[in-house]
Amino acid sequence: MEELLWLDRAIHIFFGVLWIGLLYYFNFVQVPAMAEAAADKDGPGPAAIGKYVAPRALLYFRHAALGTWITGAWYMMAIYGHSAWTLGIGKESLATTCIGIGAWLGTIMLFNVWVLIWPNQKKVLGIVPATDAEKAAAKRVAFLASRSNTAMSIPMLMFMMASNHGLPFF
Amino acid sequence: MNPLDTIKGTLIAGFVLAAVLAYVAKCIAGM
Repeated sequence: MEELLWLDRAIHIFFGVLWIGLLYYFNFVQVPAMAEAAADKDGPGPAAIGKYVAPRALLYFRHAALGTWITGAWYMMAIYGHSAWTLGIGKESLATTCIGIGAWLGTIMLFNVWVLIWPNQKKVLGIVPATDAEKAAAKRVAFLASRSNTAMSIPMLMFMMASNHGLPFF
Repeated sequence: MNPLDTIKGTLIAGFVLAAVLAYVAKCIAGM
């Protein structure tokens, strides 16, 4: 399988850009746009975004997250082995520690996507039935999980790059 | 106030986390 690692890496990068690109779309574009549309009483409102855009964006988003993790885990295991998951402790290899920290950040982010964001967004968007109170609670949990992922994406990308290019700071 | 409620707070939180983890990574790697 080693001869296919170049393809795995390319797919990992493609899914990774799709995932984090959509994450930034949600946080920098869609969430503020929906708030503005809801506040604009003379405008068309946020319903069309919720019906036509958000479900499609979430479809690509959550599957890109899964694809990124699977291709990344395979690649990391092939290059660094199990010691990356244990952060290279005792190995004195900055590259192993860096890719391990990046992988764990990505793993937490994948958990947030599938366990916190997607089930709660299904309630918010009306894909599954929920009361107004349940929708409000679901919206807050999904929002905070999404914002947490946006914050974590900064060190996650930094550590992914740092395994080959070194760490900034200090 | 939760810093994650604003884009600015989210980005600052991300960079602070990056700096802290960079320090931790260098300690683990014995640098």
